[in-house]
Amino acid sequence: MIKHTYERIGETLYEETLENGLRVYVFPKPDFGKCYAFFATRYGGMDTRFQLNGQWLDTPMGIAHYLEHKMFDTPDGGNALQKLSASGASPNAFTSAAITGYHFECTEGFWENLRTLLEFVSVPYFTEESVQKEQGIIGQEIRMMEDNPGRQSYRMLLEALYQNHPIRNSVAGSVESIAQITAETLYHCHEAFYTPSNMVLCVAGNVDPEAVCALAREILPKEAKPPIPRDHGQDEPRQVNLRENTRVMPVAAPLFQIGVKGQPAQDGPNRLRQKLLGDLTCEALMGSSSSLYSKLYTRGLINSGFYCGFMDYPGCAFLVAGGESKDPAAVRDAIMEEVERIGREGLDQGLFQRMKKAAYGSFVRGLNSFENLCVEQAQAYFEDQDPWTFLEIYDTMTRQDAENFIRDWFHPEQMTLTVIWPGEEPA
Amino acid sequence: MLPIVERTLAPGVVLRAVQTKKFKTSMLGITFLEPLTEETASLNALIPKVLRRGCRNHPDMETLSAALDDLYGGGIEPLVRKKGEVQCIGFWGSFLDDAYVPGDSQILESAAALLGEIVLQPAGDGKGFRPDYVESEKANLVDKIRSEVNDKLQYSLSRLRSMMCEGEAYSIEKLGTEAQARAITGETLYNRYRDMLETAPVYLYYCGSADPERVEKAFRAGFADLPQGQRKEIPVPMVLGQPKGAVRRFSDAMDVSQGKLTMGFRTGGGFKDIENVARFMLFNAIFGGSTNSKLFLNVREKLSLCYFASSSLALSKGILLVYSGVEFANFQKAEDEILAQLTACQIGDITSEELEAARRSVIGSLRSSLDAQGRLEEYWVNRFVTGTAYTPEELAEAVEKVTLDQVVEAACQVKLDSIYTLRGKEG
Repeated sequence: MIKHTYERIGETLYEETLENGLRVYVFPKPDFGKCYAFFATRYGGMDTRFQLNGQWLDTPMGIAHYLEHKMFDTPDGGNALQKLSASGASPNAFTSAAITGYHFECTEGFWENLRTLLEFVSVPYFTEESVQKEQGIIGQEIRMMEDNPGRQSYRMLLEALYQNHPIRNSVAGSVESIAQITAETLYHCHEAFYTPSNMVLCVAGNVDPEAVCALAREILPKEAKPPIPRDHGQDEPRQVNLRENTRVMPVAAPLFQIGVKGQPAQDGPNRLRQKLLGDLTCEALMGSSSSLYSKLYTRGLINSGFYCGFMDYPGCAFLVAGGESKDPAAVRDAIMEEVERIGREGLDQGLFQRMKKAAYGSFVRGLNSFENLCVEQAQAYFEDQDPWTFLEIYDTMTRQDAENFIRDWFHPEQMTLTVIWPGEEPA
Repeated sequence: MLPIVERTLAPGVVLRAVQTKKFKTSMLGITFLEPLTEETASLNALIPKVLRRGCRNHPDMETLSAALDDLYGGGIEPLVRKKGEVQCIGFWGSFLDDAYVPGDSQILESAAALLGEIVLQPAGDGKGFRPDYVESEKANLVDKIRSEVNDKLQYSLSRLRSMMCEGEAYSIEKLGTEAQARAITGETLYNRYRDMLETAPVYLYYCGSADPERVEKAFRAGFADLPQGQRKEIPVPMVLGQPKGAVRRFSDAMDVSQGKLTMGFRTGGGFKDIENVARFMLFNAIFGGSTNSKLFLNVREKLSLCYFASSSLALSKGILLVYSGVEFANFQKAEDEILAQLTACQIGDITSEELEAARRSVIGSLRSSLDAQGRLEEYWVNRFVTGTAYTPEELAEAVEKVTLDQVVEAACQVKLDSIYTLRGKEG
């Protein structure tokens, strides 16, 4: 295995690519009693159209997430979720637009639990009956999200930002779309994407890295398969789909999100640079240390729930800012005024330096969480990045880079505003 | 075993410090403990929000943020919690641990000094808070209270608690009510603040690499101006052994896609007795507190009625809450099944697999709390509020020894008090 040591931040990382193409990462944590394992595939809510065995398949919206639920059923009629938690582990799984990940945390029985994880994720077992039965559960998960204003706001934002890109689709799908899912389609999706060469295994804990690889070699399929072609729709224009998107829900105060659509960088080092620069620029422009934030807060236009940041998925990149506001349009206008001011006067050098210092601190503090450590490493691997180069990237990032970023991204035709207006009061 | 050191710095002022090198973050906090009362809940909740706006040397958000950014992006956030019938008011500080600070600089002393300045030296003329800060944070507090309706599950649980516990302090929410918040003036707030500083029990907490002597010194220096004198006792909650009478039913209608079913039970007292706590934790894991629980396996997996059906304990108040999101048409079916599963626990219809799975799950969660700074803090503040001192390991040992009969005995103490449903407009 390759051993990387990051002395300044006190991390060691072992890395290995198995013969079947699986990438394995292990973070040894000798001081900790708990272990965490994360096993993920580069397959998510946006990968509904793909080519399998020479045939293009169009699968229902929400299928990756549905598959995640059904993977826990095991051929012996059992359920891996129950098996893992019966041994004291805390297992769970999630599906995002680009990846599906399965994980557990435990303080005892790590090797047995890791075996269970590797087995249930690599061995599909579905029956029409069990697939059918899940519709009640996922149907209620979808209903729950329909009543969640934060979720709805984000959905509306993506629909407003993008015309073609499948990031627009809900990861969980709709009650109608999941009704079309069959056991056969689930098997196709598993065959296409749950192959070791499309997956990554990350472990953090007081474990022997070589033993992790040995167990993965023993359990997982032996052969490496070529990547599956995917179709993420036609090229996306620079301008947004809708400049505004609004609806009414039972919320107390208007809930808004402002989206800024940009050109995504290609996978690799440039993508990490774009991500770091995007976040830093957002913070410098409107984060809690910026003068704009103070102004908006003092005027009562935002509260401490305000957030902003950079987001990216394969084929798309955007900034989001949001929260609660009496006057969301005024927040958007104030951001644009600040963009113009920075265009004329530039960013404050002291602020920019402090932002870099704060970003270093928050990166290192983020390493506290095993989950964060493993998920970030997995995501970076799928995007062909090395997250540990962040310090070098920060060293080369200048105030001018952030100013250029602002100039390139903040154009009215690339921006959208979504608002959930308060509806009726509870009876 | 993580050693925790307790020091009494002054009458009613206690420091608990956990020394460990395993985290990249140092956490330090201060909590004032106040009884939950209708007159003071909103006032107390507003105090840390106003204090966070500015202090003597950093009189506004921009300068305060700059000071935190200089400490490598540290955070000091207001925190208001409800623990039984105690309102915990204070700040939660999170900083890069000294071990990871570039160069020789150290953060702990500066962080404790800044925390002390925020708590003890508010911006203003020395005789009161700045009126503009009070007004603006008061408006934010009102918005925050109103926006509780946005999260339909939390809203439903809050409605259940308030109606089930009418006349008990537990019915008061941690932020108080909109009317109480609106009635606050600069004068009432400042008087309440001074009173809290002088009379409330104070709990100081640290977790990080520094040794207890250094931590004590840093806190003593940062809080040298904390008023000295006799402080009140920690309030003790009122625990009812039985429901108030026949089962009470409450309901609201709102424009929602999914119904929420919430049920409140009384469990009786005994939260100071570690063995009793262990029995109830194990019972709760079997009933609805884990993914192997009867509620998860039956209401969700067998009947597909919901995405979640869970139970949680507020043992210091002697209350157990059950909650689920279901179709409006399935309220009765879900309620019947939940009660049938409670009966199953009460008549001892619990397999040894269920018992052991629940045991591993409770123990796993207790042991892993030692590896998570936030959960560890939560664990220790709960001990402090309830006047108990057993460690997570001791509690895990006690859970290890609980027998099936003891679980059944605990289950038999659980009595249904009230049911609250959130229904649709047309439901």
